[in-house]
Amino acid sequence: MNITSSLITSLAVSSVLSLSVFAQETVTVSAEGSFQENLQEALILAEPGSTLMLPAGRFDLQSALSLDVPNITIKGAGMEETVLSFAGQVSGSEGLLVTSDGVWLEGFAVEDTPGDGIKAKGVDQISFKDIRVEWANGPDAKNGAYGLYPVESKNVLIDGALVKGASDAGIYVGQSQHIIVRNSRAEYNVAGIEIENSFYADVYDNVATHNTGGILVFDLPNLPQMGGHSVRVFNNKSVNNDTANFAPEGNIVATVPKGTGLLVMANSNIEVFGNEFAENASANVLLAAYPREYNDENYNPLPRGIYVHGNTYGRAGWEPDKAVAELIAPATGLPVPDIVWDGAVDGVWSAFFGPDEQDRIIIDEAEGTTFANLQFVKDLVLPWGADPKTDIADHAGERPRLSAVQLPQLESD
Amino acid sequence: MALFRVALLAAAALAAVAQPAAAQVQDDLLLAKRPQKLLSAYGLFSDGASQAPAVGVVPYDLQVPLFTDYAEKYRFVYVPEGQLATYDDTEVFDFPVGSVLVKTFAYPADLRQPEEDVKLIETRLLIHQETGWNAWAYVWNEDQTDATLKVAGKVLPLDFINLAGEPQSINYVVPNKNQCKGCHSFDKAVTPIGPKARNLNKDYVFSSGTENQLIHWSSIGLLQGVPAHDQIPSVPAMNDAAADLNARARAYLDINCAHCHRAEGPGSTSGLFLTYGEQSAVTWGYEKRPVAAGRGSGGFTYDIAPGNANESILLYRMISTDPGIMMPEVGRTLAHEEGIKLIRDWINSLE
Repeated sequence: MNITSSLITSLAVSSVLSLSVFAQETVTVSAEGSFQENLQEALILAEPGSTLMLPAGRFDLQSALSLDVPNITIKGAGMEETVLSFAGQVSGSEGLLVTSDGVWLEGFAVEDTPGDGIKAKGVDQISFKDIRVEWANGPDAKNGAYGLYPVESKNVLIDGALVKGASDAGIYVGQSQHIIVRNSRAEYNVAGIEIENSFYADVYDNVATHNTGGILVFDLPNLPQMGGHSVRVFNNKSVNNDTANFAPEGNIVATVPKGTGLLVMANSNIEVFGNEFAENASANVLLAAYPREYNDENYNPLPRGIYVHGNTYGRAGWEPDKAVAELIAPATGLPVPDIVWDGAVDGVWSAFFGPDEQDRIIIDEAEGTTFANLQFVKDLVLPWGADPKTDIADHAGERPRLSAVQLPQLESD
Repeated sequence: MALFRVALLAAAALAAVAQPAAAQVQDDLLLAKRPQKLLSAYGLFSDGASQAPAVGVVPYDLQVPLFTDYAEKYRFVYVPEGQLATYDDTEVFDFPVGSVLVKTFAYPADLRQPEEDVKLIETRLLIHQETGWNAWAYVWNEDQTDATLKVAGKVLPLDFINLAGEPQSINYVVPNKNQCKGCHSFDKAVTPIGPKARNLNKDYVFSSGTENQLIHWSSIGLLQGVPAHDQIPSVPAMNDAAADLNARARAYLDINCAHCHRAEGPGSTSGLFLTYGEQSAVTWGYEKRPVAAGRGSGGFTYDIAPGNANESILLYRMISTDPGIMMPEVGRTLAHEEGIKLIRDWINSLE
């Protein structure tokens, strides 16, 4: 009896062992000869399940790298030790493109790509752990658009990243579902962290500083995935976002005012709590409708069901920029209040009597937090206009808490 | 008798020198999981250097080709004996397993004389295997006797005289396997791009005479389900000045952009879809705002600003050769002057 069960156990153990040996083939990419060719060939020929180790050192790449093999880990010696420089890149529009499922990237840096840093498109389970993407010359319209750029993906983890200098968003997650962005730092980008047209995202324990805008939650029209919802932004520091907007015109982030702590544009069911917003010269928190003309009958441009509670607010709104200077400050005066909602709602009824309960903006903050509802719709409708309403108690209430995002790649944690 | 002997010797010499492998298509090798190291092993050509196809390998041409730095392209299709591809009105034909699409890229010394002094650069194979389509690139040797597999791609410096008669140097990029999929992708699976009805619906000079390609494919038992000729969709040639400007422009964008810019393609995230049949104006770019263009926007507001080509992002990205801006992202290092003129005229004509 005992012998049998121990036999079975040892059999089971040995089969697990051989399986894991097979699944954990490790290949060290050689720094001898052309690193470009060595690495790209390794990325193409890798067996699913294997790990590619990148040596420490600084490597110059001329072409975009790409990975299309599933269940691969790419591991460098650390975000300061293994540096892939794309300053001399002549072909391809990003540094590294991932198109396969189950990929884990860890411990290396991508620098100075003419286009995006690392893009993952249409994948299930993509993880960025301790990755740095940086444009060394600082804020510049000639820098690439996105640092970390998962799009049309699901089960996205960005953990411990550092992204600096992106001319659009440092950390950008677009048209994706089930997302965690945590323990990361975004500096000197136009947008520090941006969640766009996405569902189920947790953004927490990050620092966004010296960007134009710290954290953005956007939903845009005319895209395959729209109707962004269920995003939690919590326990972040979005402070000192003091870099002038350097995004090329035409891009939506080119409208972000310098000194924005958090900007929620369109979207529904967004929960913002436990964050520190401070030293943001335009405003700490903006809740706004999509401001441009569009042609898309399936798109909802309004922020709905927003729940803001338990955040701390430092100095803000003393020197507003762009729309905050042109549209908000003239109505509110200076400093611009901590939280500003443009008051755009879906019609005249809502403008006068408030939106439906599930669409309400609910704010539960410490005494002294300042607020303005600009009442844009009412202001448009009434011949004599409408002044901002500043009574935060109008928005008192509670909403059911959103649940935490679960990612399969973190289940073994 | 003596003559016969000479001919035999010559044939033997040819077989020994110019024909290291069989001149008959090797179906088993096409289906093998591992690609062959040498292109000749597949037996797709009776003479590779002159691009003379083996029996059963049919040359073809496209009404509007993808621009690849002015390379000459020789295209061939092979469908295993006794099997048939199936016609489709809008998408790529359904080719049976064992089929191959062959495309050789070549440069004449002088683009103004495309038939003379031609140097073969690479031959790409799209092989339909049991597990799906597979893409491989073979680079021709200096002697032009055979081509060798390159998995990780290669950059080849090239010189030629351009259409304006000026010397031109480029770094020709042989794509790596992943870059092939960067364009040849439909719902994440490798797929051909060119062989669609509208693009093949044209005459071709076969050794047997001039004939419409689709009618020829049908008559030799390569393609089934071809409707009556007047039922087959068609697009005008790019330089057919008598044809509708809108149709010419949309056909150009279709073959040059829509393999990515469609709902099922790698460029789906942009929401800009440029297939020939796309009806929604904002979806094909008309006053459509960019999404993730970054500096690719050029500071402009719309992909296509009607009547204003100079402020249209789409044209701006066609003109650029900066890898962070240019479109398509791969496959060219030069701007396509003729394509730019066509799209410029078209955007300026839009109201």
